[in-house]
Amino acid sequence: MAFLIEFSHILLATCRDAMPIFLLILCFQVFVLRQPIPHLRRVVVGIVYVVIGLALFLAGLDKALFPLGKIMANQLSAPAFIAGPGASLEGVSWTAYGWIYLFAALVGFATTIAEPSLIAVAFKANEVSAGTISQWGLRITVAVGVAVGIALGAFRIVTGTPLYIYILVGYVVVVIQTFFAPKSIIALAYDSGGVTTSTVTVPIVAALGLGLSEAVPGRNPALDGFGLIAFASLFPIIAVMGYAQYMHWLELRAKKISKEVLNAI
Amino acid sequence: MKNLISSLDKRTVYVTRVIVGTVVKKLRNALADLLPIILVIAFFQLVVLRQPLPQFGEVLFGGLLVVIGLTLFVQGLEMGLFPLGEAMAQALARKGSLWWLLVFSFSLGFSTTVAEPALIAVSREAAEIAISGNLIDPASLRSYAWGLRLSVALSVGLAIVIGVLRILKGWPIHYLIISGYVMVMLMTVVAPEEIVGIAYDAGGVTTSTVTVPLVAALGVGLASSIRGRNPLLDGFGLIAFASLLPMIFVMAYGIIIFY
Repeated sequence: MAFLIEFSHILLATCRDAMPIFLLILCFQVFVLRQPIPHLRRVVVGIVYVVIGLALFLAGLDKALFPLGKIMANQLSAPAFIAGPGASLEGVSWTAYGWIYLFAALVGFATTIAEPSLIAVAFKANEVSAGTISQWGLRITVAVGVAVGIALGAFRIVTGTPLYIYILVGYVVVVIQTFFAPKSIIALAYDSGGVTTSTVTVPIVAALGLGLSEAVPGRNPALDGFGLIAFASLFPIIAVMGYAQYMHWLELRAKKISKEVLNAI
Repeated sequence: MKNLISSLDKRTVYVTRVIVGTVVKKLRNALADLLPIILVIAFFQLVVLRQPLPQFGEVLFGGLLVVIGLTLFVQGLEMGLFPLGEAMAQALARKGSLWWLLVFSFSLGFSTTVAEPALIAVSREAAEIAISGNLIDPASLRSYAWGLRLSVALSVGLAIVIGVLRILKGWPIHYLIISGYVMVMLMTVVAPEEIVGIAYDAGGVTTSTVTVPLVAALGVGLASSIRGRNPLLDGFGLIAFASLLPMIFVMAYGIIIFY
């Protein structure tokens, strides 16, 4: 019973969040476009599915994943776990946080795979590219980017190096890659930065950032707890362009080899 | 009569079998999406932390809800959100009024962001940080948080407008994004340190799960209904603007408030 009340709260909140969009579309349909939407019944049923599905998804995350993820982030960043029982974290080198980096990377990867926004964009990209961009290929590449990003973000919190240096260097890498990557992937790569961090990733990653910046001596949660999400939005861009460049290079090499073989014959 | 019933039975059996088969397949897909999380949690609980799962039943029930929810969501995407976004894009392109298209784009970005729960949470937190750093008067907590929210929502609205204009005019995306990056870099140097982290994060939290599919469908729909545009090259990129512009606006807000 308690769950039903909880779920109806989440369902209401989801409806409230989705309301402005659908009101806007309704107003435009009625006052500006004055045209019926094709397959209206199907579309309405689809929207109901989306809202109920999202509410169930969020309720499930609240019950299962978020408490667990937060407990684990706290346990892994607890001084007793990192430095041994009774020891203090004062003067512990950054290498002692090995499990934290691994947890950050794996959690970043796993939550990105489950991210509904990324599923949506991968679906569209696959459809638009007539199948040349595979859904799982894009999602795994983005997830690897997030994994590297979050692990590096955890390293930054542990070492206390300034956030902007990492971000600026990342931007320079993205700019350089942009000039060499295949044109067709660039817009999609930029987009993949924005979609990785939503429903599933943000709460767990934020808990990790805050827990870690509370545990490490000399860090201020208010200043150092932020920034992990920025890492998670930057590195997928690098990963997607890098992967496209690598595939492009493989293709060129294969062409070159087959040409050489033909010439030799 | 008997024949009719038995043939009806066969049909119902067949239809149920097809429906059950599709549902099972979709549920299995959703399970595959969630498998990495399950594995990571199991590994850390059992191997690294060596602690039993707290409230195992609760977690299992929650996991079940997540699988069903994701299945429904993906089904709804294909049936509802994608066709809706594309139909809107095509209708607006057919109408041929640039003004209405831009009004729609701005309202879509603004209205979905201003009520975004993640943004409300982040702007409150940011206000508390600014107070604890003695940057603003504690009495102005609400107006500061509201100002942050408003500047992010305005920036997302503007971002969608710029992105739609780009699709219409066929501007190359990388010049726009790179000049955005240059702006972010320059502003990072002058903006107060307390706002930089929040500004960087603001870019990530703006794009919600309902907005992304709609915006993606809008971009792709526009690019495919305008001659000379390639959906893959020109259709994407709206979300990129929506995550870049908030950073610039939040830092600008910080500079204006603090100096």
